[in-house]
Amino acid sequence: MQPYRRRFNFRFDMPLFLGLLVLCAASLLILYSAGGANADQITRQLVRIGGALTLMLLVAQISPATLARYSPIIYSLGLVLLFVVLAVGFIGKGAQRWIDLGIVRFQPSEIMKLAVPMMVAWAATRRFLPLPLWYIGVCFIIIAVPAALIGLQPDLGTALLVAFAGLVVIFLAGISWKFILAMLVLLSVSAPLVWQFVFQDYQRRRVLTLFDPWQDPLGAGYHTIQSMIAIGSGGQTGKGWLNGTQAQLDFIPERSTDFIFSVFGEEFGLLGFLVLLSIYLFLVFRGIMIAFYAQETYDRLLAGSVIMTFMFYVFVNIGMVSGILPVVGVPLPLVSYGGTSMVTLMIGFGILMSVQCEGRKLSRT
Amino acid sequence: MASLQDKPAIRDHLREAAIVQSRLVMISFLVFLLAIILIARLAYLQINQYEKFSTLANENRVDTRPIAPVRGLIYDRDGDLLATNERAYNLEILPRKVKDMDALIASIQKLIELSEEDIAHFLKLVKYRPGFERQVLRANLSEFEAAKYSAHQHELEGSYLVAALQRRYPEGELMGHVLGYVGRINDRDVKRIDKQAYGGTHYIGKLGIEEQYEDILLGEVGSKDVETNAHGRPVKTLSRTLPKRGKSLYLSLDTPLQRKAVSLLEGVEGAVVALDPKTGEILAFVSAPGYDTNPFVNGISRANYAALRESDRRPLLNRALSGRYAPGSTVKGFMGLIAMKNGISPSETIFAPGFYRLPNSRHRYRCWKKAGHGKVDLHDAIVQSCDVYFYRNAKRLGIDRLHEGMTAFGFGQLTNIDIPNEPSGLMPSREWKKRTKGISWYPGETVITGIGQGFMLATPLQLAAVTALLANRGQPIVPHFLTAVQDSVNGDFVQIEYEIPKRPENISDAAYDEVINAMRDVVHGPRGTARRIGKGLEYQIAGKTGTAQVKSIPQGQKYDKENTPKKYRDHALFIGFAPVEDPKIAVAVIVEHGGGGSKVAAPIAKEVIDYYLVERLGLYVREPEETKPANSNAAL
Repeated sequence: MQPYRRRFNFRFDMPLFLGLLVLCAASLLILYSAGGANADQITRQLVRIGGALTLMLLVAQISPATLARYSPIIYSLGLVLLFVVLAVGFIGKGAQRWIDLGIVRFQPSEIMKLAVPMMVAWAATRRFLPLPLWYIGVCFIIIAVPAALIGLQPDLGTALLVAFAGLVVIFLAGISWKFILAMLVLLSVSAPLVWQFVFQDYQRRRVLTLFDPWQDPLGAGYHTIQSMIAIGSGGQTGKGWLNGTQAQLDFIPERSTDFIFSVFGEEFGLLGFLVLLSIYLFLVFRGIMIAFYAQETYDRLLAGSVIMTFMFYVFVNIGMVSGILPVVGVPLPLVSYGGTSMVTLMIGFGILMSVQCEGRKLSRT
Repeated sequence: MASLQDKPAIRDHLREAAIVQSRLVMISFLVFLLAIILIARLAYLQINQYEKFSTLANENRVDTRPIAPVRGLIYDRDGDLLATNERAYNLEILPRKVKDMDALIASIQKLIELSEEDIAHFLKLVKYRPGFERQVLRANLSEFEAAKYSAHQHELEGSYLVAALQRRYPEGELMGHVLGYVGRINDRDVKRIDKQAYGGTHYIGKLGIEEQYEDILLGEVGSKDVETNAHGRPVKTLSRTLPKRGKSLYLSLDTPLQRKAVSLLEGVEGAVVALDPKTGEILAFVSAPGYDTNPFVNGISRANYAALRESDRRPLLNRALSGRYAPGSTVKGFMGLIAMKNGISPSETIFAPGFYRLPNSRHRYRCWKKAGHGKVDLHDAIVQSCDVYFYRNAKRLGIDRLHEGMTAFGFGQLTNIDIPNEPSGLMPSREWKKRTKGISWYPGETVITGIGQGFMLATPLQLAAVTALLANRGQPIVPHFLTAVQDSVNGDFVQIEYEIPKRPENISDAAYDEVINAMRDVVHGPRGTARRIGKGLEYQIAGKTGTAQVKSIPQGQKYDKENTPKKYRDHALFIGFAPVEDPKIAVAVIVEHGGGGSKVAAPIAKEVIDYYLVERLGLYVREPEETKPANSNAAL
């Protein structure tokens, strides 16, 4: 052991940190408008941002190797909690996502957003890459069990994100193109069959409305339509901060949380969107770079999955409020009001910072 | 594939790094792809579809709400108000704010009287006009009720006390039949009205002047653009177009004269129509009994309406306008004109026994005077109302000439008065009888048409109109109420011009003089049937009494007034105008089942004429005592 390794090494990534600060600032700005100039809300969000950033810096100090070591434990704990939530839900005869610990309530499914990619990455590094086919099957099971449990809650959005995070790891681990192709073929063959023979009429209708809001403009399609009106009427430069009529007059539902981008699109227009997207892309490419230059396979897999899930969040949320994806409860990362997803995301960035420093440190030696 | 077969024992870091890194590069492309999809979508929404969504956002945001105009006022000829708008308090409810409607209504009911109709009407409104509009639960609260409600308003969430303008008719019953009323717009109205024009307006003219001149009175609807939020709540007013008040109407009605006529018909069923023969302006238009139209404005209660509808006296029937009566002897002057027009000399005399018989018939057409009038010419026949003379004339002329002549005067025709639902009277003809009854005309029917009996029917309004024609020596008029319209904005008056109808042809002035002289002698001649009313007047009235038979009396029997049930008793009629030389007023009076025209109708007509000429026009000065006017000076 060389002496400098004993020194406390503060793991930190300035580009990521600055990008996150800019994003959080943007979040406060738009939240102020979306929440109807509610100072209380802003204060609470500010406290959350502070807390989440602190947590991020703490997580950043944990080395990726430690994370790898604890991956199975965290994953198992998450699974147990998911079962508990589901059981409580059954007993209480109602949908249940929360576990109430008195001081804080938290969703075990949130843990899984990180625990699943960690576990899959850990499992993948038990073997040499590329993984044998049967082992990929094992990885699928690792993903499928928690995803199914979350889907049963039912929380389709989170289940989707958890599954996505795991699948990205498998993809990064070099799953063969033949396999991907085979899966795609299987999907495209089975989907029409399921549509035709498994789905009931009402289910088909519901799915259709999910994809075409204009079929039910006052019911299921209302949110999407109002959101599209808000974004579309924002035009190229937007109506200006606090001037969005759709937002200020209550036409946009959930406008502080899942639909906050509608407010943003209305008030800042296409130009504002491009700026916001640039911030996101900056963070994403910084994340991909960190994954790219990471030293360990586990680090690369986990970092790649975390950052890709982040991008997926952005895409699903904006796609959903702009009417190209069905409405599933996915917030706009780090901009939507709410603590749970922010904490998870910041922990993810903490992992990225940790990986980045590990790579830098190792390359230095 | 090779790698799977020869499993390396040692982890090949470089190879694994290469695999993951190549996948990370692919993922970078995926990120780009996703970003481009989003950019494309946003550009599509915000550039291509900008116009569409911009419009939709504005439609969302801006709600155009109507502002109801204030309804025009109605004045009489002196400029006194007949119809006005007064501030009233309405209790309104915003259904969206009410959690338990039944409970709310119940607690309001503890404070304020709510009729079952109020509640039923309100619930219907709520059902058919959902949304964010307030609906009236009870209109026209009294000050006391309003105060009582206000004290408890905080407990009654979703209910509001709203001040609104409400139509009121200060003269009430006096003008009911003329003015009609405004009432709530009902389902039938909704189908025919222009919904835009009635935006925000809850009332529409029903019957009378209010219906006839609805377009003028209504005014023009204004509007305001209100910014509303997603719940329909107005946030602020963006712009407004003020409504234009409805124009005001000036009517020719003489309210004191109307009041006088109403008092004269007190206790009986009948009608008085008085008009200015020169212009056709209606001075009094009375149908007795009348009814107060004020309760109709907000929907009369079922019980009160039933009472009006089922009353034996039928107050809802506008007798002056649509009561159709056999005109009886009042037509004799006109029959005389037709006779002269057809070459019968007025000086030709006949011997009139108490009856008339058609050749080859045993049926006796009796005269009211059983003894007969002896030798009479046209003048005598009108003055004494000799039936036999006119039986004979009618027979000589035949129904075709009678029909043609009477129609030219306006019998059986619409007068085109300016209130709705005027029925035509009936002037029978061969063609009419064939068409409606399917049988041919009998000679006997011609005979009784000669004295205004049989099929012939006329309304009091028609009788007044033909009397005016007579007063004008042949010039017909269009009877009307409206004389001027005043613009509500600039105050400009527009006088209404009425067409001057064509005179009946081929009747000489001498013929009119002959008839008018005879009608003057009805009142002023020693043997006139209405000579009692002519005493002590400074001016002369020309008139004609009439007694319309309601039930025919079998051959050989006598009409016995005392023993005939009231509903079969004769109607009493009188038509007349005065002063004879320069007619200022023409009057038609009908008293249902009143008995003889000379005894009942003529005195009423005289009182109306006298009141108008003396009290209203001030043409003649009377001593304070009404008893001794013999030689007072006729002014003018």
